[in-house]
Amino acid sequence: MRDLYRRFGPGLATVFLSLVLIWLAAMVLAPNLMMIDYALRPNLPPAELGGPQDVWSLDNVLYLANEGVHRAIFFKTIWASALVALLTLIVCYPIAFWMAQRATPGQLSIALMLVIIPFFINEVLRTLAWFILLAYRGPLNAVLLNMGVIDQPVRWQGDGGVLAGMVYAYILFMLLPIYNAIESLDRSQLEAARDLGAGTVRTHRRVVVPHAKAGIATGCVFTFMLAAGSYVAPALLGSPGSRWFTEIIYNWFFEGGDWNRGAAYALTLLVLCLAVVLVTLRLFRVNLTDVAK
Amino acid sequence: MTADRIFRGLFALYLLAFVAYLFAPLAIMSAAAFNTSRFPTVIPWQGTTLDWFSAMWADAAMWQALWTSAIVAVLVAAVALPVGTAAALVLTTLHARARSVAYAVMVSPLLTPGVVIGISTLILWRQVGVGGGIVLIVVAQTTFIICYVMLMVMARLQRFDRTQEEAALGLGASRAMVFRRVLLPFLRPALLASGGLAVLQSVENYNTTLFVRGFETPLTVFIATKVRTGLTPAVNALALVIIAATVIGAIAWEIARRRQVTARPRS
Repeated sequence: MRDLYRRFGPGLATVFLSLVLIWLAAMVLAPNLMMIDYALRPNLPPAELGGPQDVWSLDNVLYLANEGVHRAIFFKTIWASALVALLTLIVCYPIAFWMAQRATPGQLSIALMLVIIPFFINEVLRTLAWFILLAYRGPLNAVLLNMGVIDQPVRWQGDGGVLAGMVYAYILFMLLPIYNAIESLDRSQLEAARDLGAGTVRTHRRVVVPHAKAGIATGCVFTFMLAAGSYVAPALLGSPGSRWFTEIIYNWFFEGGDWNRGAAYALTLLVLCLAVVLVTLRLFRVNLTDVAK
Repeated sequence: MTADRIFRGLFALYLLAFVAYLFAPLAIMSAAAFNTSRFPTVIPWQGTTLDWFSAMWADAAMWQALWTSAIVAVLVAAVALPVGTAAALVLTTLHARARSVAYAVMVSPLLTPGVVIGISTLILWRQVGVGGGIVLIVVAQTTFIICYVMLMVMARLQRFDRTQEEAALGLGASRAMVFRRVLLPFLRPALLASGGLAVLQSVENYNTTLFVRGFETPLTVFIATKVRTGLTPAVNALALVIIAATVIGAIAWEIARRRQVTARPRS
């Protein structure tokens, strides 16, 4: 703190400090505290606010635990998000390895450009593209019918559509951390493994993957979190049978009219995501400083 | 040796499939803007037309949505740039232990699901009687976009040579002058790049915006609503225009970034 004042003088240092404190207090801390407060209170008519009923309890969270449909959707959202992370990892790992170890500098800069461009286009449009591709009378069904792979159009919308759209949407968040991690692997280690008789699979399992552990953990954590908190992919590519937990939260706010319960649901989602992030990072011994790059 | 060659061939196929996977959906969406079919698709091709572009151009609601998004994006960048820069400066001046705690707090919005940021902002501001609308969209988006600005400015600051500041002070410049004439010009590329990123992040945001929009309809909400209420290729025409604009913007941003990190590999 003293360094800040010594470096910039009292005027500027005070301006910097107040900007940062306002951000952290009013935009990061206060909203979350208020959300916790909401989540713990019952939904009361205005007249009873502050009355004897208006006390903290875990009723809203317990409601989620006891309501079968919502609980099932909550758990489905978790495992489906984990599945999204796993699928994205499988799709990205070979590409990341190729970019980091095999590609020539020219190929690499083209590859980087090619993977980055789709991700500058916003998530809604990327999801819309999949909506059109997967439509009942859309191009994918038409091509498959023509090739004779299927006899009848398939209804892709639903769990399958949501998975496809999400894997597509989050590729970059998986690819870049893994690429960064593998890039720092010394090539001579790969050659040494080969000279010692290790095959491709073994080299990856014993040399590359352990080295890229941090990058893989980072990619998985981000993908999981983005998938669990996504609204647009399930809304556009899902079906009534494939509802996502965020859609339930949305309904409490804008259709059910019970903000307290909605806040409790949102809080549950937040706690779960943070827990997954922190536990994974601890397990893989990754520092938070390395994550956000 | 032959096994190796087969493996390489297979991998080349995989690379091709991957590129196709990245671009086919976008290409199909863009191509559908030129098909006369009322539902956006490419098979069957019923005839080539530019009508959907004029339909999009004539859509007043689309212009309203674009306007809303533009206002929000400019305001977000205007708030996020100074606060993000201040955060980066404060963080880099802190001592090691305080820094790692402050850092965790300051990147926490990036680890929070977007819907949660929207919800908590909506709840807090209801207490003071502010409902969803432009102001709340700006507040909610700025909360996490500040983090991006902060990270980008910090990356640039790491390569700043503090002796430049001391030299300027030794030559009689005031501290405010050193900031304005030495540090700010040094940060300029990072500020430009993060300004661009802030605008992009703001325009493309959906998950957070959805909860705080009130009666406003920014572009992403407009598009997502169209999918539910009646999608025509006019939306594809809009998508094509946005894709073209983003690609041009992305290339410009990339050039700025390369100039900024000249020959320094990211570790």
